[in-house]
Amino acid sequence: MRRTILGMIHDAGSGHPGGSLSCVEILVLLYHCLMRHDPGNPAWPGRDRFVLSKGHAAPALYAVLADCGYFPVEELSTLRRFGSRLQGHPHMQSLPGLDCSTGSLGQGLSIASGMALGLRLRGSSARVYCLLGDGELQEGSVWEAIMSAPALGLSNLTAIVDNNGVQLDGRTCDIVPVEPLVDKWRAFGWNVRRCAGHDLDAMAKAVSGIMTGPSVLIADTVKGRGVSFMEGDCSWHGRAPDDGELADALAELGPC
Amino acid sequence: MLSTDLRPSREGYLQGLLDAAEIDPRVLVIDGDVGRSLGTQAFRERFPGRCFNLGIAEQNMACHAAGLALEGFMPFYATYAVFAVGRALDQIRTSICNMALPVRIGGAHGGSSVGPDGGTHQALEDISQTRSLPGMTVLVPADAAQTRQAVLASLNMPGPVYIRFGRNPVPQVYGEEWPVVSGRGNLLHEGRDIVIVACGSMVAPSLEAREVLLGEGVDATVIDMVSVKPLDGKLLMETTGSAAGVLTVEDHQVTGGLGGAVAEFLAVNRPLPMRMLGVPNRFGESGTPGELMGLFGLSTGGIVTAAIDLARSRG
Repeated sequence: MRRTILGMIHDAGSGHPGGSLSCVEILVLLYHCLMRHDPGNPAWPGRDRFVLSKGHAAPALYAVLADCGYFPVEELSTLRRFGSRLQGHPHMQSLPGLDCSTGSLGQGLSIASGMALGLRLRGSSARVYCLLGDGELQEGSVWEAIMSAPALGLSNLTAIVDNNGVQLDGRTCDIVPVEPLVDKWRAFGWNVRRCAGHDLDAMAKAVSGIMTGPSVLIADTVKGRGVSFMEGDCSWHGRAPDDGELADALAELGPC
Repeated sequence: MLSTDLRPSREGYLQGLLDAAEIDPRVLVIDGDVGRSLGTQAFRERFPGRCFNLGIAEQNMACHAAGLALEGFMPFYATYAVFAVGRALDQIRTSICNMALPVRIGGAHGGSSVGPDGGTHQALEDISQTRSLPGMTVLVPADAAQTRQAVLASLNMPGPVYIRFGRNPVPQVYGEEWPVVSGRGNLLHEGRDIVIVACGSMVAPSLEAREVLLGEGVDATVIDMVSVKPLDGKLLMETTGSAAGVLTVEDHQVTGGLGGAVAEFLAVNRPLPMRMLGVPNRFGESGTPGELMGLFGLSTGGIVTAAIDLARSRG
């Protein structure tokens, strides 16, 4: 999956490798373990929904969706190109399998909360999952949704924070710290779990169980995970690897 | 045509919501802690499971509306126009318009109608902000009856719709039987000399100005351009054939709103002398709506003066 993502961004000549590599296991867990969905029927009303609030991780989501069979894997190489269904940030009108368009940080959790409310009104048992970045939590509007979701009693809403600790300009803790995340979300009335965000078993265990009210998983991850020269380095937030860097990264990641 | 019985347009908005909810199960209401001000508490009492108060958080309201629309509902969220649009503009752009979602935004207390609260609360840029967004329909009804009709008409419109209405009682221009149609303005009076195009609370003073202008030898057409976007270009072409010019009147910044829309259309299709009445690149201030209208030249007298200037410009 990481090889595919880096190849896509390399071919596109632009994109966000750091935040895409940090959420690979989270997306794999969602689409291959947790979520009820049907690639043969993307609009199935009973499906669980997913909102990629950190829309710049689109390459990772596209790679997972293609892996699930929502569209041909060959199409991944069209990322960010003119006329492509794989827009730089997710565009649901273009691509099957997307439940929401995103791109402007700080909005996805409110949308996901609205979807969860709508599903409850319809009597649906479907869940809504929303993936946020830790830097994204600096957007004040996120906290509006964190405040309102418990008030709405949305037990069918799960937020996941890809807590990779790095944003465009540097380490989140050096810019505007967002910790302590567990205390903050809990104080706002959420069911909070925290675990390693590259450990599928740990995450699956952390999000299991029926809970009253909305839930959040703080998934501790590494930006650029899997490529030593990208890990934890903010310069890889938003630039594509060149030919040599891609070769080095692929060599490090090993064969598929 | 004008009734001396004054009614606030927000009453029409509420009545429209109540009627819309009866006939369309998709209709939901999202409040932003102004339910007592807008009267939507009555909606909550009648449809308790279809009304949600999200508190003072306009960005959250806009995105919750988007989420509900994604699940097949038609949410109406309303608060004071200056916040309903301005505070949540990126949310409206990226999370509503970008997905062409059927969210209805009620912009209450539009324009100078919230007078004494002062410049911070007077929505004078909301029409230009919404008009520039792809796929957005912008409706600016003139009175309570037309505001109700706008709400009902929006049920059958594609994509997002912005409905702007005022706080204070205004003269009733319409009976209930005048439907609102997207892309359609209303020809209220035909005249020979100039064309006055107004929207919202400026329709009534434009009609009054027409009567005064007749005494001055100026016979003005009066159009209510309730559908600011899409604009009724056909009606403009039909009514401006022999006109000396076009005067636009709006309780909004003079740039980017109704005047801008009409100017854009005429510049391409039928260049004509224009005068544009609106708020001239400044913020409002505390005062009664009447005092502020006088300050901005948006009174009946101000419309008359501008209309005479335009009519005589042909020489």
